[in-house]
Amino acid sequence: MRLMLSSALFSLFASGAALAQPDPANWPAVLAEAQGQTVYWNAWGGDPRINAFIAHVGDEAQARYGVTLQQVKLASTADAVSRVVAEKAAGIDQGGAVDLIWINGENFATMQGAGLLYGPFATALPNWSLVDLAGKPAVANDFTLPTGGMESPWAMAQLVFEYDSARVASPPRDLAALAAWAAANPGRFTYPQPPDYLGTTFLKQVLLGLGTDPAVLQKPVDDANYVAVADPLWAWLDGLHPDLWRSGQAFPANEPELGQLLADAEIDIGFAFNPGRASAAIAAGELVDTVRTFVPDGGSIGNASFVAIPYNAAHAAGAMVIADLLLDPAIQAMAQDPAVMGFQTVLDVAHLPAADKARFAALNLGVATLPPEALGPALLEPHPSWMVRIAEDWVKRYSVAE
Amino acid sequence: MRQGRLGTAPLLLLALLVVPVLAGLAGTLGPAFGLMPGSGRSALTLEPWRRLAAWPGLWPAARLSLVTGIGATALSLAITLLLVASLQGTGAFRLVARSLSPLLSVPHAAAAMGLAFLIAPSGWIARALSPWATGWVVPPDLLTLRDPGGFALMAGLVVKEVPFLVLMVLAALAQAQGTARATLASTLGYGHAMGWVKAVLPAIWRQTRLPVMAVLVYSMTSVDVAMILGPVLPPPLSVQVVVWMNHADPGYRLQAAAGAVLQLGLVLAALMAMVGVERVVGWCGRRWVVQGGRGLWLDRPLRVAAIGAAGLVAGSIGLGLLAMALWSVAQLWPFPAMLPQGYSPQVWIGQAGILLQGAATTLLIGVPATTLAVALTIAALQHEATRGLTGAGHLLWLLYLPLLVPQVAFLPGLQWLTLAAGWHGSVPLVAAVHVVFVLPYVFLSLAGPWRSWDKRAALVAASLGAGPVRILWQVRLPMLLRPVLTAVAVGLAVSFGQYLPTLLTGGGRVSTITTEAVALASGANRRIGGAYGLMQMLLPLMVFALAHWIPAILFRHRRGMAETA
Repeated sequence: MRLMLSSALFSLFASGAALAQPDPANWPAVLAEAQGQTVYWNAWGGDPRINAFIAHVGDEAQARYGVTLQQVKLASTADAVSRVVAEKAAGIDQGGAVDLIWINGENFATMQGAGLLYGPFATALPNWSLVDLAGKPAVANDFTLPTGGMESPWAMAQLVFEYDSARVASPPRDLAALAAWAAANPGRFTYPQPPDYLGTTFLKQVLLGLGTDPAVLQKPVDDANYVAVADPLWAWLDGLHPDLWRSGQAFPANEPELGQLLADAEIDIGFAFNPGRASAAIAAGELVDTVRTFVPDGGSIGNASFVAIPYNAAHAAGAMVIADLLLDPAIQAMAQDPAVMGFQTVLDVAHLPAADKARFAALNLGVATLPPEALGPALLEPHPSWMVRIAEDWVKRYSVAE
Repeated sequence: MRQGRLGTAPLLLLALLVVPVLAGLAGTLGPAFGLMPGSGRSALTLEPWRRLAAWPGLWPAARLSLVTGIGATALSLAITLLLVASLQGTGAFRLVARSLSPLLSVPHAAAAMGLAFLIAPSGWIARALSPWATGWVVPPDLLTLRDPGGFALMAGLVVKEVPFLVLMVLAALAQAQGTARATLASTLGYGHAMGWVKAVLPAIWRQTRLPVMAVLVYSMTSVDVAMILGPVLPPPLSVQVVVWMNHADPGYRLQAAAGAVLQLGLVLAALMAMVGVERVVGWCGRRWVVQGGRGLWLDRPLRVAAIGAAGLVAGSIGLGLLAMALWSVAQLWPFPAMLPQGYSPQVWIGQAGILLQGAATTLLIGVPATTLAVALTIAALQHEATRGLTGAGHLLWLLYLPLLVPQVAFLPGLQWLTLAAGWHGSVPLVAAVHVVFVLPYVFLSLAGPWRSWDKRAALVAASLGAGPVRILWQVRLPMLLRPVLTAVAVGLAVSFGQYLPTLLTGGGRVSTITTEAVALASGANRRIGGAYGLMQMLLPLMVFALAHWIPAILFRHRRGMAETA
């Protein structure tokens, strides 16, 4: 008891002391410093399967490196961004509360732009050499922004549509077919309400499906081309909304709510940013086993999930050890197991050592998951400025029901 | 215990309540006018207000906040008065009071999730009628949840507020000789309900109006219930403020602060409107009372309506909780099945570690916060008693301050201040902030019984040579053990239920059952939500049970200390 108290007192003082941030190039020193640290990983906490995966990573970190991993379960990633912003405003430049954030896209752009991140560290991690830079360019380009080593990838995501094959014989594979299907089956399709992450992803998918030049979307939005790009989107949505679930008078809040609607048979077609979600939900007894997935003709939006370290993190060394552990082939294969999470790997599986390659080959992808070759091309995320502008206009146009 | 030391208790108590609220308000007002130190924003500007005004949903969101808040409060009050006026003193009333009080410990979010599953087109009511009566093989496309008018939201608020108001009215009745007044009215030939409204209600309104105001404020500003049951196009203003607060672009925090200030303005306007209505009703009521209508014929229909309303309130929470309990052990449960296809303890086993750790942290915060609040309340009340003072009416307002100022209006400011002061998120800090919310409820639940304690017992003790300290410890506190324990239970229940204060001052590192439950509710997972909702309810329920049984066992040989309610 006395020991606990004195070590608590010690850490109280230590957190106030000025500590130089570690140098990732000197990995043995990072490991030595990380030993005994508790890393607070701020990650969205809405999915118990993801939480269980993080807990398992924590067990591995403890066993291999003596690092304790504590997940701070967020309702929204922006909570962690706000926390770091508030700390900077209050002058807390050391010993901050957030050590590691699950981040990408707009939140990364915000933190990077405001100088709130520590790094670069990602390219110095020992496991970085295993990452599939050539085959998965999204691991180094987060929504068109080069990551510059300021965040480290840990999972690939791709948009897939989910449908109940007991009620939908042949699902619509392009936008014209989707609109026609919705008109014939009113109230059986919807999407999460923008600015929700998955909801805006659907809007991006529509933009690309309407034939927008992808090159235009890779550059920041400008007033000259915005109207020409956005107008067809609004026209298409105007046509679709009367046929949506609740006639577009209400929208699900996020991905889990959309999944619940599919499970409750309130809708027939949903979608997820995880090709393995449907199989994982079926395996857990949360979804009927007649659900299958498909990717629209021409491919679907894909991106990578990253971890980043705030500039004032109290335990940057431990956070880097976790970022590296997340790239470990054993951990990556576990993440891809639909019984665990069904997340796609960021590694170049073909070039892994045989033993590690076998881990991936042994995975049973599940009844509803498409094999990698059937997923189609992963389309690049547009520049974040497009979605900021489009989400704002969506709110202006549709967020007040008549 | 010296008088001088006791004398600081009321001051300390008020400072604990007032300082954090005012400091937090200042921390919100600043950003609303463009002042956010440390972020390079230090010029006074109306820009946040211009951006707020540019949001097309502003007027509908403000209207929703007013309509659902006032509607839910009026309906809750009407049902409460109906229950008490037509049933007080009957066996049915004891049953109602006994079944409503445990509902107080049901967390708002859990009650809302349960209600949502009852009334959703794919919910229990639709399942019970499908497909044999309705022909539905898939759920109908109906807006029963999140309806643009906010009726589902109002229903969710009403079923949670009626138990609270009934218990507040019961507490007031004990102080204002409610039973004696009701008896006198009936000897004069008044009907049960009519006599109660004319002879008892005016006497208890003074103690009841502040809880009603707290209900009004809560109903107008609730975030967790509105996120589950409320409309989304647009949501009520309080929800939108939290959405902006959490926006990836920190620039939105300024407009969130402006929205929070507007929310405060709406709440103040509604409170003033309520005072105005009170005056008008009081003026008309005095004229109506002297006309002397006995209203005997009203009793039977009102009694039927009251029992129906009580059944609806208790039934919808009870069934909702049952559904949540089933979901927590359900395997596949597709529409229109009434029951899951299989059961599994998987969720409980998977979450056991987190649930136990969360429960431990919850107690680690709640026990010291409640202990401090009860000690301060007793010290302040004892000071009042030894000085022969009675509770001044205007001080009650200050007690209610943390309940009357919307949480979204001052907590972000408070968070910034605690950070600026260098107090990192820790359990003691969270416990200290919880005291702000626990104290008013503890004071309100203890002050009545404390003040109506029969002082002749003290007189007898003093004549036998006991000093004030000994009278407190050996006579007053033992005699008031039941209300003290109830106050402890109320305080713990309030502390257990805090979400925003725990999240914002804990920096996300302090995770209680409630913060875990709300984070998981963002995943809309009914299985997990069910497990956490039950756990959230179980802790306060155990405390309430202890508060009930400890005196019953201790006083088993003392008939005069038997429960009288």
